[in-house]
Amino acid sequence: MQLVLEFLALPFVQDVLKILFILLLFAMPLGTFMTLMERKWSAAVQDRIGPNRANIGSYRGRGLLHIAADALKSIFKEDLIPKGADKFLYTIAPFFSFMSAVAVFAIIPIAGPIGDFKFQVTDVQPGLLFIFAITSLGVYGAVLAGASSNSKFALFGGTRASAQMISYEVFLGLSLMGLFMVYGSTQVSIIVEGQGEHWFGLIPKWGVFTQPLGFVVFFTALIAETKRAPFDAPEGESEIVAGYFVEYSGMRWSSFMLAEYIAIVGVAALITTLFFGGYQVPWLYHWESAPQWLVTLLQFSKFTSFTLILCWFQIQIRWTVPKFRFDQTMALGWKKLLPVALLNTVVTAIIIVALA
Amino acid sequence: MSASELTTISAEELKPIHLPGAIIPAPPEESDTSIMRIEIGPAHPAMHGIVRLTTYLDGEQIVGMVPEIGYLHRGFEKESENSKWIQVIPYTDRLNYVSPVLNNIGYSMAVEKLFGVEIPRRAQFARVIMGEISRITDHLTCLAACAMEVGGFTFFLWFIKAREYLYELLEQVTGGRVTINWTRFGGNGTDFPDGFLKEVEVRLEKVREVIEEGDQLVTRNKIFIDRMKNIGVLSKDKAISYGFTGPLLRACGVPYDIRRADPHLVYDELDFEIPIGEVGDSYDRFLVRMEEMKQSISIIEQAIDKIPYGPVMTRERYLGYPDKKEVYGSIEGLIDHFKMVMEGHHPPAGEVYQPIEGGNGELGFYLVSDGSGDPVKCRVRPPCFNYVQAMPELALGHYVADIVAIFGSINMIGGELDR
Repeated sequence: MQLVLEFLALPFVQDVLKILFILLLFAMPLGTFMTLMERKWSAAVQDRIGPNRANIGSYRGRGLLHIAADALKSIFKEDLIPKGADKFLYTIAPFFSFMSAVAVFAIIPIAGPIGDFKFQVTDVQPGLLFIFAITSLGVYGAVLAGASSNSKFALFGGTRASAQMISYEVFLGLSLMGLFMVYGSTQVSIIVEGQGEHWFGLIPKWGVFTQPLGFVVFFTALIAETKRAPFDAPEGESEIVAGYFVEYSGMRWSSFMLAEYIAIVGVAALITTLFFGGYQVPWLYHWESAPQWLVTLLQFSKFTSFTLILCWFQIQIRWTVPKFRFDQTMALGWKKLLPVALLNTVVTAIIIVALA
Repeated sequence: MSASELTTISAEELKPIHLPGAIIPAPPEESDTSIMRIEIGPAHPAMHGIVRLTTYLDGEQIVGMVPEIGYLHRGFEKESENSKWIQVIPYTDRLNYVSPVLNNIGYSMAVEKLFGVEIPRRAQFARVIMGEISRITDHLTCLAACAMEVGGFTFFLWFIKAREYLYELLEQVTGGRVTINWTRFGGNGTDFPDGFLKEVEVRLEKVREVIEEGDQLVTRNKIFIDRMKNIGVLSKDKAISYGFTGPLLRACGVPYDIRRADPHLVYDELDFEIPIGEVGDSYDRFLVRMEEMKQSISIIEQAIDKIPYGPVMTRERYLGYPDKKEVYGSIEGLIDHFKMVMEGHHPPAGEVYQPIEGGNGELGFYLVSDGSGDPVKCRVRPPCFNYVQAMPELALGHYVADIVAIFGSINMIGGELDR
């Protein structure tokens, strides 16, 4: 028994356990649940019922079984590799997409620390720079898939994706400059702690209040980065069919889709962390005698509910607005978001200097 | 295989193909790999499954296009020549399958013109009501598909829902939703069932609500306007020279509507306006169709107020089938019926062209009769043939993504294009 506890106390073992917990009990279930939530919510928007046919006997579970049905279907589907495709790159492309979507969760704290123990896989010093690095790697998924499929539609998707994702990374970084200045660090734990304070003991010092412009630009850029509607020109389902993954089938195709849905959760979690106080429950400091377990539970619930609300918001955006054309996406980025992000940085800097 | 191999296109491949309307870029130098040929369709979600646009691209920009049609050719015209006159009516359902009533009406009116008969007033009003319902379903489908191509999937399903309300109306009268086979020579197959006109008013109100809702969702949406405005512009003169009709010509600013220019049925007794566009881009086409649906609703409401009681089938001998009572009760009736079924209708020899305002533009039937029971010639003038012909000119210089916005707004229907 003693041995087991000692083993569990090893930092390495703790890290692995955290990875498993966050990945298997948070990111993946939410991601797969998103597939159903999107279909159900889009159905609600469009006056439909939505999926409810998958069943075991007479049990239908309000469409929940569709998640299992989808998984089974894609596993058993034939995995085609088109003629003339570059097999190695074609095979490896989905991993890039999937990995970059999942790795975002590594630095997100899902609840406040208890003593030395942090509910966060790793609290690396570069913090958000890590996110930028990881999302850059995600570009490879789309580009390699597009280039290796030996299909002109896929090639179009790949080139569009590379141009879009690389340019939107610029605004992704720039929009957070103000945030870094306000909280004085790029490290996620410090940013979240900074958001636990209150102005006049009333308004929480959340990123969305200190950096409203930064929030808008960051959210927009992040949606574009995940290639979700209205920025889904790389997929362009109406003109280039499905863009860079048009030739994929079976589980490889599913990895692209699952990566997209995990990215939705990732986006929501990241924005909750940076702009909605992360796990910080506002006004909780009034209640000093609160038991630790209850505080942690509250923090986790607050984080999860904000994440879910932001997921819902992304889905709602997707089913409300039409899609940008590819050049319009780029124009929006370089002509509108870039000046706004720069302005935000400069204004924030001036205000900080003036207040100091 | 490298990416450059994939995109290269040889001068040999670019040699001109002689197809109407085709725009093909000048053959490039051997070393020039900037032009890429991409086959959009026939198996492509935005081509509605039945047309191929061979597109030449410089980057994402369209430098040439060859539309190729005929994937849904069923030999309608030849098939008609081998049928009795009355047997052609079910075929016409399949022409423009989103507004089948109008096809029925067009063909029946052409044959009635050959016979030189006037159909009863109630039948005329009934045709106006059903035809306008059909026009609304046509426009609803077109706009829904058009908005879906630029990403408005919610709008698509809302409009399809509204179309469903109207299809159920057609079903009450004709028994079918798409393949309705409703009109006859000299009248209509069935009269309206009891309480139908009240039901129409109720449902039109629902449709009007959906249109209003959809209008709020996309018409003033910035992204939607960006995608549609100044895309696929065609000048007035060009549109006329291409033979554009219907909503597309009106979007270019020509107030030409066959319901006004050559009033058929009872359109001259009804009050309606003809919306026209300004520049003739995709957005104007969208708005014109949107407004036309509202006008159609008002036409139907006026027709409901004015529709008289009376027969829906002419009493003309050898035009309508005799009553069943007569067929089973008298020897003359039986013989009449027998002769009509076996020999068909016998319109007097001659030729006739009858245009009507179809959902998509001028739908014309050119018929030739030699006085026998079979048509000698049954030619359809489909509105969207001309539109597809102008497709290269509309798309030239735009981006790949604009193809769907243009193609969605011209509303090509394979059934009547390829016949």
